[in-house]
Formats: sequence, C-alpha cells, structure tokens
Amino acid sequence: MTKQIIKMTVNGEVQEVIAEPRELLIYVLREKLGMTGPHVGCETSHCGACTVDIDGKSVKSCTMFAAQAQGAEITTIEGLGSPDALHVLQESFKEHHGLQCGYCTPGMITRAHRLLEENPDPTEEDVRIGMAGNICRCTGYQNIVKSILSAAAEMNASKEAAQ
Amino acid sequence: MIPSQFEYHRPADMAGALAVLAEHGDDARVLAGGHSLIPMMKLRMADVPHLIDLQDIEALKGIKIAGGQITIGAMTTQHELIADTALHAAAPIIREASLQIADPQVRYMGTIGGNVANGDPGNDMPGLMQCLDAQFTLEGAEGKRTVPARDFYEAAYMTERDDEEILTQISFAVQQGGYAYEKQKRKIGDYATAACAVSITKENGTVTAASVAMTNLSDTPVFSEAANAVLVGTSCDTADIKAAVAAALEDIDPTEDNRGPVAFKKHVAGIIIKRAIERAASRA
Repeated sequence: MTKQIIKMTVNGEVQEVIAEPRELLIYVLREKLGMTGPHVGCETSHCGACTVDIDGKSVKSCTMFAAQAQGAEITTIEGLGSPDALHVLQESFKEHHGLQCGYCTPGMITRAHRLLEENPDPTEEDVRIGMAGNICRCTGYQNIVKSILSAAAEMNASKEAAQ
Repeated sequence: MIPSQFEYHRPADMAGALAVLAEHGDDARVLAGGHSLIPMMKLRMADVPHLIDLQDIEALKGIKIAGGQITIGAMTTQHELIADTALHAAAPIIREASLQIADPQVRYMGTIGGNVANGDPGNDMPGLMQCLDAQFTLEGAEGKRTVPARDFYEAAYMTERDDEEILTQISFAVQQGGYAYEKQKRKIGDYATAACAVSITKENGTVTAASVAMTNLSDTPVFSEAANAVLVGTSCDTADIKAAVAAALEDIDPTEDNRGPVAFKKHVAGIIIKRAIERAASRA
C-alpha cells in the first residue's frame, strides 16, 4: 500500500517522515524520529505509557496511526524538559519519589502537564480522575499524586511572583 | 499488533467520504476517534482495506442548542461533551455518563458518533440515547434519513445503518426533570458489568414521565417500556422502585463472560437500576 509523507511538528520542530498508513504513531516517534521518551507498555490503550500531547490533547500514541497526525503539533516528554533543565513536574516527581522503575513516568508527566494546563489548581480528586488513564505498577500512586499537586502549587507560586 | 495493510483516505467533506464509501462498499470503514476500531485492526479482527478518516470534516463537529433541541455532530469527542457548559445546563446526564466512559486519554479521542454507531453493547452512549429518545441522522448517496435510537440497534454490532451510510449527527430535546447514569465496572477503562440511564419528570410529587434504558445487559441496549409504565403515576416510593426494577430485569438477557455469570449480572443490574431510579427521582 502507498507509503506517504507525514509532516508534523514534534517538540517545536517540523518533521517529515515516510510511513505506511498502518504504522502506529508511537513507533514512528520512537523508531523514525528517535523520540524514545514515550514508552510502549501494554500497546492496547490501557496503560498510558505512550501518552503524548497532540494539538492540546493527551493521546495514547499506540492507538493512533501516524497518518492521523498529518499536520499535527506533538509534544513528547523530550519537549517538556531536558536533563539540564528539568520541567517543574520532572523536578517534583524526583523530589517526591513519584517514580520507582520510571517506565510509566514519561506518560505520567506528559499527561499531568496537559491536566495542569486545563486545571492549574486541581484538588487531589481532580488529579486522581485526570490521571486515571495512566497505570503505575510500582508506586501505588500516592507519591505521583503528591508530585503533581506539589508541581501545581509551585507553578502557581511562580506565576504569582511574576505578576 | 500491527494491522494489515490498508489505504488511508482523509476526505475534506461529506461528499468525499461518501464517494470513497460508494466506491469500496464494505471494504471501507470510517474512522472517528478510532479507539474501538484501531484495537480491532491491531488484533486483525477487523479487516479494513480502505480506512476513511473523518477528522477534517467540519460539518461533523460541534454542539448546537436551539429551540429546545440539542444537536451534536458525530465527531464531537467525549472530552468536548464534558467540557461544554451550555450542554451541561441543557442535559446534565451527558456529562455524568461521559465521565464514566474509559479514561481521560480515550475521551479526548472517542466520539459520540463512533460510540453510538459501532453497535457495541458495551458502549455507554447507545443506552443513554435510548433513554433520551434521541434521533440519529444517517447520510448516504441517496440523501439523509433519521432513525430513532430506540429502533437503531438490531444485535451486537448490527444496526439500522447501511454500509454506505455515515452517522452524521445526534439530536434530542433539552432535558427537564431528574436524571442519573449509574455504572458498575471492574476498573477504570472497563465496559459496564451493568449500567443504567434514567430520566424522571414529576408534577406535584407524581411521576408524569419515566425513561429507563440499560447498557451491556443484552446484545443491544435495552429500553424498558415496562419499567417506565410501572413508574408513571406513582410517587416513586420504595415499593414502586422495587416493582420498576423487577420489570426492567424481565427485559434484559445478559450472557456469561469474564465479568461474571448470568445470575451475578442480574444481581448487579438490580442494584444499579435501583440506584439510578432513586437518584433520578431525588433530582426530579
């Protein structure tokens, strides 16, 4: 079947890849663009490890064909922070022990980023409902929730300081 | 977990989508949010030589409320349904039910049109749409037609929609009175073991209209006229609710699966239907 050129903006850079229509977005990101932050966990749209941000939506990239992302703007964990300049959420997960093995963490943080964009001052319940599509098998979630609430408080404090 | 090869089509309008459907017949399927179809394609349980992505068709998007009537484009996502404050004021049961579908990521992609058109008895919107007496608009080469949600479902994955038609919009009246969508599921993201949509209108303490519809308790959604008939004219007290639950349970035909045996499903259904009627009545 016809391969096609897929043009999309990934972490602020315009990328063009050639892919068959049946290629899933997660594999195009990981194997063709070297964005190995989003992980393949269950590959059945349950676990959320492959979560990326597409046009302002948290999406499980194992359940989307790359062709659907033609023209889209995508942010992966690589676009949120770097080892030298961690995102507030990344700092917070480190500080509050919001990860153990770390496999789910890129998806967790990418999802949490969108959650806080939509709701900058969430309650614990908002965080638990908003993070329900991401599974962690290590932490028991308590520290993940704590990390996100703490990051929200810190982001709000720095916004206030800037005003 | 890699699907078979297919041709990807992304038409800009309905005419383009219908042309691909007309050309390829049942070799073509439309793609809305994809969160039912893509997993089936990955498992190779669905073979789709021509996939028609509807995401660029503006005519299929948006929520309109006018003249007491709510019209929702088929490509409107569950996330958009939850976020729309005007829709919440006009039919709060939509947000209550949508929040119980899958998880946030799935709700950003999952659409109301896909949810009702797929014919999966586990989907939540079909029962809800029967409760609300919604009308589905189908568009094909011959033009448009409207089918009531209560007449749309024939069997699991079998509906009134022809292969060459696209379900384009859903409409129903602005809601008055009490409502509830109750769902029992094993975990976030699971389909219902049992779910029930109820709408109840009361005047001077007496039920003047009732609508009870159930999810995943037969191979189609079940609209229980018998339960409605039991409730109308009563004050909806404990004995009335018990009788309505008994009537609703007569209308279902659950099958044994990994959510449990038939007796367990009927037990859960009884509790869920009771809770839904009680909560709807308390809000009426």
